[in-house]
Amino acid sequence: MASPGSPARTGVWIGIAAITMSFAAYTSALVVRQGAAPDWRHFRLPPILYLNTTVLLVSSGTLEMGRRRIRREAAWGTGMPSQGVLWLSLTLGLGLLFIAGQVLAWRDLSAQGLFLATNPSSAFFYVLTALHALHLLGGVAALGYSMHRLHASAARTPSAALDAASLYWHFMGVLWLYLLAVLALRL
Amino acid sequence: MHDTPAPLVADRRETSGHAAHPAHAPPEGFLRKYVFSLDHKVIGKQYLDLALIAVVTGMVLSWLMRFHLAFPTTSIPGLDKLAPNGASGGVMTPELYLSLMTMHGTIMVFFVLTTAPFAGFGNFVLPIQVGAEDMAFPRFNMMSFWVTFLAFLVLIAAFFVPEGPPLSGWTAYAPLSALGKDAGPGQGTGQTLWAVSIALFCIGQLLGALNFIATTLDLRTKGMTLSRMPFSTWAWFITSVMGLIAFSVLLPACVLLLLDRVAGTSFFIPGGLVVSDRLQPHSGGSPLLWQHLFWFFGHPEVYIAILPGFGIISHILPVFARKPLLGPRVLIACLIAIGFLSYTVWGHHMFLSGMNPLSATLFSVPTLIITIPATIVTLLWIGTLYGARIRFTSAALFCLGFISVFVTGGISGFFLAQPSIDTYLHGTYFVVGHFHFVMGVAAMFGIFAGVYFWFPKMYGRMMNETLGKVHFTLTLIGVYCTFMPMHYLGLAGNVRRYSAFTDDYMKGSLPLHRFITMAALFTGAVQLIFFYNLIWSRLRGAKAPDNPWQATSLEWSTSSPPPFDNFGGHHPVVSYGPNEYGVPGPAGDYVMQAPSTRPATT
Repeated sequence: MASPGSPARTGVWIGIAAITMSFAAYTSALVVRQGAAPDWRHFRLPPILYLNTTVLLVSSGTLEMGRRRIRREAAWGTGMPSQGVLWLSLTLGLGLLFIAGQVLAWRDLSAQGLFLATNPSSAFFYVLTALHALHLLGGVAALGYSMHRLHASAARTPSAALDAASLYWHFMGVLWLYLLAVLALRL
Repeated sequence: MHDTPAPLVADRRETSGHAAHPAHAPPEGFLRKYVFSLDHKVIGKQYLDLALIAVVTGMVLSWLMRFHLAFPTTSIPGLDKLAPNGASGGVMTPELYLSLMTMHGTIMVFFVLTTAPFAGFGNFVLPIQVGAEDMAFPRFNMMSFWVTFLAFLVLIAAFFVPEGPPLSGWTAYAPLSALGKDAGPGQGTGQTLWAVSIALFCIGQLLGALNFIATTLDLRTKGMTLSRMPFSTWAWFITSVMGLIAFSVLLPACVLLLLDRVAGTSFFIPGGLVVSDRLQPHSGGSPLLWQHLFWFFGHPEVYIAILPGFGIISHILPVFARKPLLGPRVLIACLIAIGFLSYTVWGHHMFLSGMNPLSATLFSVPTLIITIPATIVTLLWIGTLYGARIRFTSAALFCLGFISVFVTGGISGFFLAQPSIDTYLHGTYFVVGHFHFVMGVAAMFGIFAGVYFWFPKMYGRMMNETLGKVHFTLTLIGVYCTFMPMHYLGLAGNVRRYSAFTDDYMKGSLPLHRFITMAALFTGAVQLIFFYNLIWSRLRGAKAPDNPWQATSLEWSTSSPPPFDNFGGHHPVVSYGPNEYGVPGPAGDYVMQAPSTRPATT
C-alpha cells in the first residue's frame, strides 16, 4: 500500500469524482429525456452483457491476486515477480475481453435494427456503454503502464502507480454495475 | 493561533511522491523549456499569454458590436473583407452581430475569465505558495494547457469556415445550437467547431483541476497546514473542486449536443420543428434539458471566474493595508459556502424558460442566500481597510476597484434574483450591465491586481507604477461609463441581443448607446497603456528584489524569478500563517511564513 498522501492515489480519487459526476449528468439526461416525450421504446438488453459483467468482475479478482503475489514475491525477494505479472496480464486480457464483448452487444443491437439515432433509448445505450468502454481503455493503459514500471524497477515492489491503477480498475467495475442497473431498469 | 509551533507534518513528497513526480532536473533545449514545458511556472505564463491573446480578440469583437449599435448604418472599413457573407458594404447583418456576440462571450468567459485568474495565476503561484517543487502531475499539467490551446484554435477556426461563426450565444441554447445549417449562418460547421472546442476546453480544465487539488492536498511543505495556506491558494483550491464538478457536467452536455448535430439523435431537439421551410428529422428531445445541463455548469462557472479574484484580493489587500485580513477563517468559510451554494442556483438563469413557477421560487431562495457569504467577504475586505494606512500601489488600487465594481454589480443581482422582477429585466441590458460588472470587470480587476502584484516574481522586474496608476484611474472611469448606463437602458426596457435600435420605440436609447460605445472604445484604448507597461517592464523594468511588497507568503521567500525547482534545492519549513501583518518582525511590520528559508531583501 502506498501512504495515504500518494498523489497518484489522490489523483485517481479525484478522477473518480469527475467521472461519477459526468455519468450522473448522463443519467439525469436519460431520466429527463425519457419523461420529455412518449417516444421512448423499451428493448431487451443483449444477454451477452451479463457474461461481460462476469468477465469484468473476475478481472477485479485477478488483479487483487496479482497484487498480493507481487507483494509477497517482493517481501520474499524472489527476484522475478513472475506469477504476479501473470495475474496482471490475465487482468488486462479480461479487460480487453470485456470490451470485445461490448462490441458484440452493439452488433446484437444493430442486428435488431437499433442504431444510435433510432430511438433515445438505444442512443443512451450506445453512449453510456461506449463511454464506459473508453474509460476502461484508460484503465488498460494505466495498468499496462504500471506493469511496465514494475518491470523497470529494480526492487520489483508494487508501485504507487499500480496501487492507483488498481483503484481505478475496481471503480470501472463498480461504474459498470451501476450502468447495467440503469440500463436494465430504464431501457 | 498563528504562533503555535509547526506540527510535524511529514514532507510527503519525499515518502510517496515519486510515482507521479519524477526526478526534477531543469530541461534543456528550447522546446522542452518554453513550449512543451512541464514547469508549472512556464505553464502558468503560457495560460496568461493565451488569455492575453484571447482578451484582445474578444475586445476587438466587442468594439465591432458596439460600433454597429451606435452607428447602425455606418460602414466599418474592411469588415466586408473579413466577413464577406455577413457585412456587404461594411455594414454588419443582424446574423453577423449575433456571431460576434457568441464569439465574444465564449472567448471571454472560457478563454479569459477561466484561464487567466484560475489556470494562469493558479499554475504559477499555487505550487510555490504551498512550498512544492511543481504540480503533482506535471505531464497532465502540460496536456491541460495544450488541450486548452487546441480548444482555442478550434474555436477561432469558426471565423474561417465559409458560413462563419455560430450565432447561438455563449450559452448555445438548443434547439438553435443543435439543428445544423438550417438554423442560420454559422449554425453548420461553425457551431460544430464551437461544441468541439468547448468539449476540449472541459478536458483541459479537468486536467488542471486534478492537478490543483492533488497538489494542495499532497504536496504541501512541512508546516503548511490548511489553516496556514494563503487565501489565494484556498480560493484556487475551492475553485478547482468547483471546476471538477462543473466541467464534468458540461462535457457530457457537449457530447450529447454533438451527437444531435452529427449523428442524428434527438436529445435536445423536439419533434415537428419546421426550420427554413424544412421539417427537421428529429423528435421528442428536450430543449430545457440543455439549459439545465448548461446552467448546472454555467452558474458555478461564474464563480469559477470570480472566486480566484476573491482569493487574489484577499491575498493582496493585507499586504498593502499593512494589517492582517479581518476574519480569515470566516473568509474561508464564506468561500466554501459560496462554492457549495453555487450548485443550487442554476435555475435562476431559466426564470423565462417556461419551467414550473414553483421551481423559480425554489431557485430564487438560494440565489438570495448566496449573497450573504458574498456580502460578508466584502465587509471583511472593507473592515480590513478600516483604519489602515494603505500603500496605494497599482495592485492595491485594482483591489479597491475590484471591491467597487463587485459591489456595484452584485447589488443589481439582488433585483435579478427575484423571479417577478427578473421577468421584466431578464431580456434587457440590465442583465448585460449586471454580469459585465460582477463577473467580467470584477474578474478583470482581479487579473490586473494579480499582474501588478506578481509580475516582479514572474519576470524579475518591477512594473512602472505611474503608468499602472494612470491605467487604473482611466479604466475605472471607462468601465463605469460603459456598464453603468446599461442598467438604465434595461430599466427603460431596452432589449439585449438586438443588433440595432433604429426603428420604433427604442430609437430614444440611441444617444445613450453612442455614449456607451465611446466609453467602450476609450476603455479599450486605455489598455494600450497596460500593454506598453507589460512589454516595457519586461525588457527595461527595474530589477525586482525577492520581496518588493514586504509580503509574507512563500513565493516571496524565494528569488525573483524563482529557480526551476522553486526554492533552490531546499524545502521551506512554514512556522506562521500568511496573515502576519502589523506585527513586529525581523524585517519590518510583518513576519514571513517561512522566515528561515532565505533572508528577504526588500
